[in-house]
Amino acid sequence: MSATAALVVRDLRVAARRSGEVLTPPLFFIIVTTIVPLGLEPEPVLLAKVAPGILWTGALLASLLGLERLFAADFDDGTLEQLVLAPAPLALLVLGKVTAHWMLTGLPLLLVAPLCAELLALPHAGLPTLLLGLALGTPTLALLGALGAALTVGARRSALLLPLLVLPLAVPLLIFGARAAALAADGEDPTGPLLLVAALAVFALSLAPAAIAAALRISLE
Amino acid sequence: MSWQGLKLWFHSLASPPHLYRFAATIEPWLAWPAWILLGIGLYAGLFIAPADYQQGDAFRIIYVHVPSAWLSMAGYAALAVASAIGLIWRIKLAHWVAHAAAPIGASFTFLALVTGSIWGKPMWGAWWVWDARLTSELVLLFLFLGYMALAQAFDDPRKGDRAAALLAVVGVVNLPIIKFSVDWWSTLHQPATIAKFGKPSISWDMLWPLLAVWLGATLLFAALTLLRTRAIILERERSQSWVAEALR
Repeated sequence: MSATAALVVRDLRVAARRSGEVLTPPLFFIIVTTIVPLGLEPEPVLLAKVAPGILWTGALLASLLGLERLFAADFDDGTLEQLVLAPAPLALLVLGKVTAHWMLTGLPLLLVAPLCAELLALPHAGLPTLLLGLALGTPTLALLGALGAALTVGARRSALLLPLLVLPLAVPLLIFGARAAALAADGEDPTGPLLLVAALAVFALSLAPAAIAAALRISLE
Repeated sequence: MSWQGLKLWFHSLASPPHLYRFAATIEPWLAWPAWILLGIGLYAGLFIAPADYQQGDAFRIIYVHVPSAWLSMAGYAALAVASAIGLIWRIKLAHWVAHAAAPIGASFTFLALVTGSIWGKPMWGAWWVWDARLTSELVLLFLFLGYMALAQAFDDPRKGDRAAALLAVVGVVNLPIIKFSVDWWSTLHQPATIAKFGKPSISWDMLWPLLAVWLGATLLFAALTLLRTRAIILERERSQSWVAEALR
C-alpha cells in the first residue's frame, strides 16, 4: 500500500512541475459545455432539459484528454518496466497511477461543474445529484481511460484510438449519470440511477486494475 | 480414432501448417451448404412465404435482418472466446481466428443496423429510432471497430494480437451492462414501441425460410472465417519454408 501512495505522490509531483497541463481538462470541459448553447437556442427551458446530458458528455470527453500520456512517459524512460518488476502487485501500483490521474483530471471537473451547470441553467435541485454522480463517475472514467491507455502504450496513433476504445465502454455510465441528474433537476428521486453509477464504480474499481495490469504486461513483453 | 489420437489431432490444430490444410479441407463443406441454404431460404422468404397481415411485404426484411443480428452477437462471442483462448494458453492461431472473424462480424452488425433502419422507415416513420436493440447493435459495431483498430495499431503484430484480445474480453464483460443500460434508457425515453413481432408464434410458412437463412448465414460466417484465417496464416508465416511449399 505504501508503494501505491508513493506512486500517487510521485505522479502529483511530476504534474506539479508541468503545472500548465493540469488546467487543460477543466478548461476543455468549460469550453465544450459552453459551446453547445451557441449551437442551440439559448432558451433556459431547453438548456435545463439538455444540461445533464451535455455536462456528462463533456466530462466523458474531458476524461480522454491526457490519457495517451498516462503511461507513455513511464514507458519511454523505463519506469514502467521497473513498476512491472517491482515486488508490489502491479494492480495496486496501477491503482496509484490512476488515483493520481483522477486527482489531476477528474477532481478539477468537479470543481468547475457547478459553474458550467449554472451557465447551462441546470435547476439547482439537480446540482447535488450531478456533483455526486460525477464524484462517483469520474473514477470509473479514469479507470476505463487508463485501461484504454494501457492497451495502446507503444501503439501508433494511440491518441486517435483511445476514444474508439474507451467511449463505448463508458456508455452505461453516461446513461445512468445523466439520467440521475435529469431526474433530480425535475424534482424526482434520483436514487436508482445514482446507485447504478455507484455500482459501476465498484465494478470498475475491483476489475479494472487487474485488466490494466494485464494490458501493461502485454505492452512490455 | 482413439482418444489419444483425437487429442493429438486437436493439439495439432494449434500448428499453422496443420490448421491451414485442415481449414482448406473443411471450408468447401461449409461454404457449399451455406450458399445452397441461403439461396433456398432467401428465395422462399422473399417469394413463397405469405405476406404478414399487418406489415405486408415489409416484414420480409427479417430474412436478412435476423440472421445478421444473430451473427453480430454470436460473432462477437466467438471473437471473445477465441481471444480468451489465445490469451490464456498463448495460442497465436486463436488470435488469428479472432482477427479473421472480426471484420465479418462487423459486416453483419452493419447489415443488421442497415436492415433495421430500412425496416424502421415504414414501421416507425423514421430511418433511425433510438430503439434499444438498434442502439445496442450500434455500440457493438463500435466494439468491433475498436478491436480491429487496436489489432492493427502495433508495429509488432504479436502485441496487437494480445492487446486486442484483452479488449475483446473486457468488451464481453461489459456487453451485458451496456445492453442493460441501453434497455433501461430506452424504456424510459420511448413511448410505447410497436412490438416487433406482435404475434406470439410465427407461422411455419414464414419460419422455415428464416431457419434456412439463419443456418446458411452461420455456415457462411464459419466458411469466411476459415478463409480469412488461411489468408492471415499465409501473411504471418510468410517467411516460413512450409508456406513456400504450400503455395508451389
